[in-house]
Amino acid sequence: MRGLQLPLSQTQKIRLQRALEQLESLSSKVNSDASVTVSDSIPVNYEDSILKGHGTQDLNGQVVATVCGVVERVNKFVYVRALRARYKPETGDIVIGRVIEVAPKRWRVEINYRHDAVLMLSSMNLPDGIQRRRTAVDELNMRSIFEENDVICAEIRDSQHDSVHLQARSQKYGKLNRGQLLTITPYLVKRQKQHFHYLEQYGIDLILGCNGFIWVGEHVEVTDDMVEDQGNKSGTSLTSLEVQERSYTPIETRQYICRTANAVRVLSTLGFNITLEVIKETIDLSLSVNLDIHDMLGSEFCVLVAEREAERRSSVKKR
Amino acid sequence: MEYVSPEGLRLDGRRPMEMRQIRAEIGTIMKADGSAVFEMGNTKVVAAVYGPREVQNRGQQISDKALVRCEYSMANFSTGDRMRKPKGDRRSTEISLVIRQTMEESILTHLMPRSQIDIYVQVLQADGGTRSACINAATLALADAGIPMRDLVTSCSAGYLNSTPLLDLNYVEDSAGGPDVTLGILPKLDKVTLLQMDSKLPIDIFENVMQLATEGCKAVANYIRELLLENTKELEYRRGV
Repeated sequence: MRGLQLPLSQTQKIRLQRALEQLESLSSKVNSDASVTVSDSIPVNYEDSILKGHGTQDLNGQVVATVCGVVERVNKFVYVRALRARYKPETGDIVIGRVIEVAPKRWRVEINYRHDAVLMLSSMNLPDGIQRRRTAVDELNMRSIFEENDVICAEIRDSQHDSVHLQARSQKYGKLNRGQLLTITPYLVKRQKQHFHYLEQYGIDLILGCNGFIWVGEHVEVTDDMVEDQGNKSGTSLTSLEVQERSYTPIETRQYICRTANAVRVLSTLGFNITLEVIKETIDLSLSVNLDIHDMLGSEFCVLVAEREAERRSSVKKR
Repeated sequence: MEYVSPEGLRLDGRRPMEMRQIRAEIGTIMKADGSAVFEMGNTKVVAAVYGPREVQNRGQQISDKALVRCEYSMANFSTGDRMRKPKGDRRSTEISLVIRQTMEESILTHLMPRSQIDIYVQVLQADGGTRSACINAATLALADAGIPMRDLVTSCSAGYLNSTPLLDLNYVEDSAGGPDVTLGILPKLDKVTLLQMDSKLPIDIFENVMQLATEGCKAVANYIRELLLENTKELEYRRGV
């Protein structure tokens, strides 16, 4: 068992155990033989022709798993969905990454894949929002857009063979400022319609990257520069006071950022699926029991979250 | 010295064909992609796997398969007399190589071209059979990291002392200077990936000893498989849908 590295008292241990047992009984897949480990043979109907997918291999006519995970079947197609593995990019995923190199006409970005992703200068909007050919001057000014170690958000354009290309053709993508980057295992993030979330009551942005990188930061108003008229351009010459005000994050917002980040941390150590509603519920729970931010990583809150999750899933199931 | 008493008990009270207690834990290192602790009696080993990731040294990149690297080390406090061993001494270089070759054989490296997999194993407590314990820990860590493998690799040692074949030698029996066979097998494919022996044995006795070691490997494989299945199930139900 993947042990929690927290000191639990006897009652807490029992409570956690009970919550986890409840979760186990709620899961539909545990009792079926869907879980396999390396070199387990997968039962298939050999009369039909079958298609073997990722995580399987052929051994003397048997289908054998090559990774630990859950067997998935789609008609004739059989594959093993690995848990705890590195991120596998798919076109259209929203990912968060860290720039590790500024190369000619491109940035190399670390996205938790087995290779670094590439963001071409030509596949992102220029900061001034004008559509034009990228010149040599633009190439020289690449560091003014992203530097090494910047955290950025982008979309997967395509992933052929080993090279992953990113694109950032909208104002919502780009450099992420004033917040926290969290790293969790990618299987906990489910692909959804919406990965950008704005939690209005806390004034923070939450981006759930498909690659297991999660951004929690101060809310930034997305302005599409393309529509902006020329008259607004004069606003760029800000007075120093305004600049100072801009670079200041109010203390409440910072606290909410930390609270949200800790909620994600607790959920990921417990191995629960990370979605907006679960995160919101965890934040609400921490607020309702009047917990300090640093106490959220303690054992008591961990047990509370597990119990709450068991409750939530059973109520979902009843419906 | 008498290693097997007339009653048929060994120095630590085991029967000749008895293994030490094995215990393992998956996911002990948070930062690593996969990790495990493996214990065989008093021998305790921790393994961490990083990757597949971008090759650090471009010159080592292989265009059609993954590069597997392995680093073995012994903690200074792992043995009775605290010795400061220089990093990269002959013994640890050799064991690194052995572990690397054994694991590389089972990893489907052709699925991850131009990437690199790092395996770090460290002995926390040494009481004989560190080689086998390292291989078992590395297997668990690789499986935890979700790296596709042909089969699990499991390893166990066996020896021959006082004209008795002994399974899973501890430090005292290991340092007796008798024959010591370390065996690594792929249990499902029923193939041998590692076979090492110190000193000599007649061929008929060797077969017996190797048979014993194979049994030991299979016992380890059963344990490892059970543990992995339990771990996978737990991850799945905790995640929910």
